[in-house]
Amino acid sequence: MKAFESLQAGAELPVFEPEPVSRLVLALYCGASGDHNPIHVDTDYARAAGVQDVFAHGMLSMAWLGHVLTRWVPQHAIRSMDVRFAAITRVGERIRCGGRVIEVVEQATERLARVALTCTNEQGELKLEGEALILLPQEAP
Amino acid sequence: MIDKRFIGHALEPFSVAVEPGRLRFFAKATSQPDPVYADEAAAHAAGHRGLPVPPTFLFCLEMDGPNPAAVRELLGLDYRFLLHGEQGFRYHAMAYAGDVLTFAPRIENIWDKKGGMLEFVARVTRVSNQAGAHVADLRFVTVVRHPIGASA
Repeated sequence: MKAFESLQAGAELPVFEPEPVSRLVLALYCGASGDHNPIHVDTDYARAAGVQDVFAHGMLSMAWLGHVLTRWVPQHAIRSMDVRFAAITRVGERIRCGGRVIEVVEQATERLARVALTCTNEQGELKLEGEALILLPQEAP
Repeated sequence: MIDKRFIGHALEPFSVAVEPGRLRFFAKATSQPDPVYADEAAAHAAGHRGLPVPPTFLFCLEMDGPNPAAVRELLGLDYRFLLHGEQGFRYHAMAYAGDVLTFAPRIENIWDKKGGMLEFVARVTRVSNQAGAHVADLRFVTVVRHPIGASA
């Protein structure tokens, strides 16, 4: 817990970088999430809808941001998580999911970290951006 | 334009059971690195009473409700012009495999930008468990794009 006691604004959370987005992953996420929108898995449908190819579910990237948080703190420490979907993620893109502490807030008996969350591709294009509020583990008395 | 009298409208609540197989499937689909989310023994060893529902899976459970198109139908939204603009979660308690969660959605707000070219609908859903405990609030923002020349 030492790392949390000295935590300051600017600290980076360990990055989560899954394998490049594949059609298999989109098919698995379609089934597992229950989001059966064909735009994410059926190329024929996507073309008929005027897009070149299927693209990833925004919520798949948000799930990866969840991994960034739960690898850093126990899940019950997450008070909130909010994202804005900025751009479509395409098949073959390698997405880097990260977090950075914006500020550490001390209020009453609690210490909270406000964390900026981002998903970007290898060119640095922003796909998702958001924020989480994390209850930091208390130091031992 | 979407009728703003629907601001505050409550949709029919519904309950969804959290199945462990779905959680394991979700862990696989999202490249979950932590065995706690797919292996009961690891979950128990970490002090959980079952496989935990990961942070964003509540959104998927809400989609498992009897009519995931309820808001679209209520507001008369054309599926082709919709985008998922934002998603938020406020957490109050953990949920686990075996829980039965109740989802109570309502239309929190309806607004527009760019002279009505873009319209926004925010749905907020209160989630509680079988013991009545408040688990989370989900906030889903849909963006409705009105192509130039199309009648809204």
